[in-house]
Amino acid sequence: MRTSKSARAAQYVALLAYLVFLAFPFLWLISTAFKPAKELGSLDPTWIPENPTLQNFRQAFDEQPLFQAGLNSLIVALSAALVAVVIATPMAYVMARHRNRLAKAATGWVVVSQAFPFVLIIIPLFLILKNLHLINALPGLILVYVVWSLPFALWMLVGYVRAVPAELEEAAAVDGAGKLRTFLSVVAPLLAPGVVATAMFAFITAWNEFFFALVLLKTPEKQTLPVILNRFIGTEGVADLGPLAAAAFLATIPSLVIFAIIQKRITGGMLAGAVKS
Amino acid sequence: MRRLKCLATAAVSLALLLTGCTGEGSDKDGKITLQFQSLAWQAESVKVNKELVDEWNAAHPDIQVKYIQGSWDSVHDQLLTSFEGGEAPDIIHDASDDLADFAYGGYLADLTELIPARLKSDIPQNSWDTTTFDEGVYGVPFLQEPRVIMANAKWLEESGVRIPTPDKPWTWEEFRTITKELSGDGKYGVAWPLKDPVSATLNLSLSAGGRLFHREADGKVDIRFQEGDGVVPGTIHDQVNTDHSASSTTLGMGGSDTLPGFFGGKYAMVPLGFSYRQQIVQQAPDGFEWQVLPAPAGADGLTQGVSPQTLSVSEDTAHKKEAMEFIDFLLQPDNMVRLAQGDWMLPTGTEALKAPALHAEKDGWATGTALAAHLTSAPAQSVRGYPEWKDKVATPALQEYYSGAIDADELEKRLVKDGNLVLRRYQR
Repeated sequence: MRTSKSARAAQYVALLAYLVFLAFPFLWLISTAFKPAKELGSLDPTWIPENPTLQNFRQAFDEQPLFQAGLNSLIVALSAALVAVVIATPMAYVMARHRNRLAKAATGWVVVSQAFPFVLIIIPLFLILKNLHLINALPGLILVYVVWSLPFALWMLVGYVRAVPAELEEAAAVDGAGKLRTFLSVVAPLLAPGVVATAMFAFITAWNEFFFALVLLKTPEKQTLPVILNRFIGTEGVADLGPLAAAAFLATIPSLVIFAIIQKRITGGMLAGAVKS
Repeated sequence: MRRLKCLATAAVSLALLLTGCTGEGSDKDGKITLQFQSLAWQAESVKVNKELVDEWNAAHPDIQVKYIQGSWDSVHDQLLTSFEGGEAPDIIHDASDDLADFAYGGYLADLTELIPARLKSDIPQNSWDTTTFDEGVYGVPFLQEPRVIMANAKWLEESGVRIPTPDKPWTWEEFRTITKELSGDGKYGVAWPLKDPVSATLNLSLSAGGRLFHREADGKVDIRFQEGDGVVPGTIHDQVNTDHSASSTTLGMGGSDTLPGFFGGKYAMVPLGFSYRQQIVQQAPDGFEWQVLPAPAGADGLTQGVSPQTLSVSEDTAHKKEAMEFIDFLLQPDNMVRLAQGDWMLPTGTEALKAPALHAEKDGWATGTALAAHLTSAPAQSVRGYPEWKDKVATPALQEYYSGAIDADELEKRLVKDGNLVLRRYQR
């Protein structure tokens, strides 16, 4: 059944409206980042700054160690994503291919673990990390992020593994490939989009996380971007809006760049034509 | 195999990258290192704090202070975790309304015996009351801000209304009449930013004699709604719903959100904390004339509740005396003035309040300084269960009352009946 022209037009309008809705906060953030203080207090704000300035960026860099915080965030987020994926991928394979009680229990654990609020676990977690001498240390935060993102990463990857046709593995077995060889040479390449999507999820979770970083990292040279960005906010939620917008804009760039680079991998449709159904 | 090698390389690189990212100790070679967690956030304030720490360190080679930057957002959770984990900073910057749980919980040191006589006598008892819990003193109050009225000077002058001063303030009734006079044609006499309506209402209600929280002889607290408790909420309610002299749209806003309307000539006045002057100076369009007016007075004059910023000492620190020495240095009159100017607030110290810079007419310093003697402890801050009462009972009740959804009787019922149920659980 072909879609009529008017229906197609309505679809595009709806899509455009959705895109505008999604892009609005980011575009407003960019606009705010380049506005001088006096324009921020205007009753009739404009999309395009009337007197664009880089002063907010200068002030943000002068007042806070944004470079160091950005580097810390990058180390923590990349490490957490890498470790989470390395652990989750073989686990997900086992859980998807071997449906026994253990796999079911593990799936249940994944679901239950998502129900715990941060505040419930933060004090025991703090004590454990203290005993491991991992307070105010990036490895401690990475460990937390890996554990925090692992259940959901696992849950995501199980779905991707199940989507890989078992016939391919059977064909590899017929050709004489062992389990490890089959996993590395047949399953892993087909899982790539899923692994990338999962890594992206783990990266963004770690990149944006605030509370654990606030509690576990004390000195400015160790703190991550969300904690540093928070310094532009004072009592009663009063914010130094210009520098905050400038710093927040810069903080979103790595996520955007990474997403832009790997998005094709996510939507690649690598399974197309793998088997004839 | 190539993939495995890649993974191994990545793991080794990661390990190398992370090398050296570990915590650190204190007390090396007999030298004491104190950790001072500051919540200063405005650039001038951070600069002054760091300068003072440097000055101290230069003069005290054996007692070094390490500056740690904290953040107002989530400070309670962050401190609680640090206390529980035994990793709290030695010197803690916070606000008096956040101290009750930490003081009662045994996390903060009782400073009663440690506070030097100079500091004790320099800060008025009103301010010490804000940090006193069960007769122990758990923080040194050092900066505070009254709620004042930021006014469009030109608008008020042209309207011919009487301009209030700290000596001759408006009464709440007069304030209501004037805001009505100033309103019309889509413009409002006042904009109340009441995103957090509870502290603003309770603190201002002290001027009308409203206390709401009454401590009984047995130490337990009872909520009672008396005549004075209804003056401020009643004025705001009537301005919004009867006179239409206050904008209803700003009721859910924070202070900063109302500034564009203030600059744009939509609101003649906005009641805000004293430190908002900094934002006005930064953001006001060229030629915008503004002034600071005292909040209206009631049966108890200009009395107003405040929750000063405080400096406390961790109960766990082995160097309480040295920590107090640093606090005493930080709060020497000249230093207190520098800190106050950095944060656009008022110092609590009487010597610091004499500084000429704080009596300048420019930017409304003189008006604020004149109000200092009227500032007292916010009535509810030492009440256990107050945060829950505030979040679950008072905030929704006041928001609904101000927007006209419920009447005064229903407001009273909720604040008192529902409120006392909450407090009972904490006072068993």
